[in-house]
Amino acid sequence: MANWVPLWLHRLGSPPVFYRFAGTVRPWAFGLALLLGAVALYGGLVVAPADYQQGDAYRIIFIHVPSAWMSLFIYGAMAVAAFIGLVWRIKIAEVVAMESAPIGAAFTLITLVTGSLWGKPMWGTWWTWDARLTSELVLLFIYLGIIGLYHSFEDRRQGARAAAFLVLVGAVNVPIVHFSVNWWNTLHQGSTIRLLGPSHIEASMLWPLLTMMAATKCYYVASLFARVRADLIASEGGKAWVRDIALGQPGNDAA
Amino acid sequence: MSQFLAMGGYGSYVWTAFATFLIVLLIDTLAPLARRRRNLRELRARLARQENRRRPGTPPSNESNA
Repeated sequence: MANWVPLWLHRLGSPPVFYRFAGTVRPWAFGLALLLGAVALYGGLVVAPADYQQGDAYRIIFIHVPSAWMSLFIYGAMAVAAFIGLVWRIKIAEVVAMESAPIGAAFTLITLVTGSLWGKPMWGTWWTWDARLTSELVLLFIYLGIIGLYHSFEDRRQGARAAAFLVLVGAVNVPIVHFSVNWWNTLHQGSTIRLLGPSHIEASMLWPLLTMMAATKCYYVASLFARVRADLIASEGGKAWVRDIALGQPGNDAA
Repeated sequence: MSQFLAMGGYGSYVWTAFATFLIVLLIDTLAPLARRRRNLRELRARLARQENRRRPGTPPSNESNA
């Protein structure tokens, strides 16, 4: 690895550098998310044919599955950041972990609601206490617990450290959600998209799904960076670089 | 068009799901932008109060221009 890579990462650990970096990347990530999302919605709602068994109801897959992937992916990213924050006490890592939790909770909520709206016409029930659904609901409660614990401390960094432990403990639920459809007998179907071997889906239905997956990844970056910037203004409020942003020209703080 | 909106009879489920997706993410997009602006406003107000304590008598004019 070229030695500018660790050097660049090291510099990114500095709050003012990260703040500027996040401000530059956020609009591009958000724009890319909107573009990819629009293409995926068009592909999923208009181009892809109806399913031979489920008719048009299956189209919920194009938001349900990418949201479910994100609910687990964001937990993984949050756990890595929390671990780095706990071990090396890097402030940016703690902030990234804590600001990831609301985004993960949002995607988990979307997964549960869209799954319910898909379950009613196809299974005949809004909800059932089976392994996949229950473990995803537990995931939502873990996210909410992390957010609540973080905000229940007067001192932000103390709160972040306590919540980071909860993040690592709660990580046991992630493989349970993922493998629940294999480990238990459940109403929920197994994986359609597989990394190894052929996927059980037509190409015309696969590409909107993968495009939406890319869109939600870009969206996560954009939302995370906006949240980290808001967090740093408050938590670094006593520092000179934030004072300069606060007292600078109104046009300047948008950068 | 109405055939597209009907979604083969599943329109209410499909469109409610997509609306949920868009509304939740819209709120998630706007909330941090508003929070950053509020944090900057509060910081400006705090700095103005500190300035006022250091040099009493200066009207706290900076408080309101956020």
